[in-house]
Amino acid sequence: MKESGLIPDLFRAEYRKLVSVLCKHFGFDQIEIAEDIASDTFLTASQDWAQKGIPSNPVAWLYYVAKNKAKNYQQRDFLFANKITQEIKNNLQNSIEIDLSPQNINDSQLQMMFAICDDAIPSEAQIGLSLRILCGFGIQEIADAFLTSKETINKRLFRAKEKLRERKTKIEFPGETELEGRLATVLTTIYLLFNEGYYSISQHQMLRKELCLEAMRLCTMLVENSYTNKPQVNALLSLMCFHASRFEARQDKNGDIILYDEQDVTMWNAGLISKGGYFLDRAATGDKLSRYHLEAGIAYWNTQKADTDEKWENILQYYNHLLQIAYSPIAALNRTYALAKANGKQEAIIAAEKLNLKNNHFYFMLLGELYTGIDDQKAVMDFKKAYAKARTPADQLTIQRRIDNSQKNAHITVK
Amino acid sequence: MDEFILLFHFDQTMGSPSPEQLKIYMKQYHDWVGGIAAQNKFNGGTGLSTEGRVLKPGNVITDGPYAEIKEILAGFITIKAKDFEEAVSLAKDCPMLNGEGNSVEVRKITGTHEKD
Repeated sequence: MKESGLIPDLFRAEYRKLVSVLCKHFGFDQIEIAEDIASDTFLTASQDWAQKGIPSNPVAWLYYVAKNKAKNYQQRDFLFANKITQEIKNNLQNSIEIDLSPQNINDSQLQMMFAICDDAIPSEAQIGLSLRILCGFGIQEIADAFLTSKETINKRLFRAKEKLRERKTKIEFPGETELEGRLATVLTTIYLLFNEGYYSISQHQMLRKELCLEAMRLCTMLVENSYTNKPQVNALLSLMCFHASRFEARQDKNGDIILYDEQDVTMWNAGLISKGGYFLDRAATGDKLSRYHLEAGIAYWNTQKADTDEKWENILQYYNHLLQIAYSPIAALNRTYALAKANGKQEAIIAAEKLNLKNNHFYFMLLGELYTGIDDQKAVMDFKKAYAKARTPADQLTIQRRIDNSQKNAHITVK
Repeated sequence: MDEFILLFHFDQTMGSPSPEQLKIYMKQYHDWVGGIAAQNKFNGGTGLSTEGRVLKPGNVITDGPYAEIKEILAGFITIKAKDFEEAVSLAKDCPMLNGEGNSVEVRKITGTHEKD
């Protein structure tokens, strides 16, 4: 199918809708049937459209064919059943019709989100299943995204479905009392998916951007549904918009990382920054401050390039709070950087020495930064330690530049 | 790793801080707690209302505690530390200690009620 980008996009957009509706119709324990019918529909479409051209209403065509395939499957299935009473046959006629109304399509996808994002399966399996079923990614694409093989992904998805089947997962909205907890798992998965795209070391630029966009699309669906439209969901969407606004500016043509201070501000996407602000506003309701609120606050300030006291004091306080509810080494390092900007390098150096993150090359990068201008020889030593622990050629390149800079400075100060 | 509780005793005979002093203090306090959290040693904590009640034997209930004692418990945090020495080293930078008459009490948490 070489027509244009339209067909693959159409397929992906409709596959995920069809598969969700069919999964809901047949129930989770028959998820393979749903996937087969969906895949089969697209196979038929590929073959048919190659010969006869694209129909005037491709979506209607797909839905019509999918409904028929589902009907055929159900009829075949019941023909093998031992006892078919007239009553069952009558009920059969009623249950065959697949509901492809916009409402059901939307609800089914949201309900699948909750079904898939279950702590019983590992988070990479949740992401994998989300990409396959919620985003319509092909197995090879998922393998590329995770830098692994099709076999690994197939195994991972297979095991995950088995596990969910064992748990008799139902495709439905969680009840009011469970909603916050289940939503937390969904948001974690969406955030991990976004981070895969944003931070991944895969060189596949387009693919990585797709992951970010898919995460944002899923979060948008949650925001647009009044049942799931909670403050923390808006906060997460805000946070992703702010990060995504710098996607174009973060990497050069060769795929090398461009650090924040060196980015071309004109390449920051103003529309996304604006959207981020909009959702941050909507998140400012209720009395619970989630980690996403704090991260969105930090992300907001990072969209303001100017080096003001207000910016760094705010970022510092957000990190102070974030670390209390969700510690991570990166947050600790970033907090210490903000501390340097807000309270001065001396205080930050003392705090940095207490962090004990000696296996992390970012830790030595931070120390190098802090010692720059205060003790350039020490800075060189720290940058060299960072270099030794760097994991990618891109990182090494960045660090080498720092080493060269510091060595120059060290020679200037040591007369 | 053990869990320790740091109890903040505030000397109210020294008078309440002004809004400006309070602002400075709050930043120092949050920076101090943030520093502990950055070391991954923060467990939890909270401030306490100044309003309170005191129950005594004989069904005595009074508004309190501040009517009777000069020191009130302003709040507490719980932290992770190897031993008292480490807990004390984390506690000594608490900005409460800049105020005369204030104190930070460090105790080890020795047993917890297990939730079923």
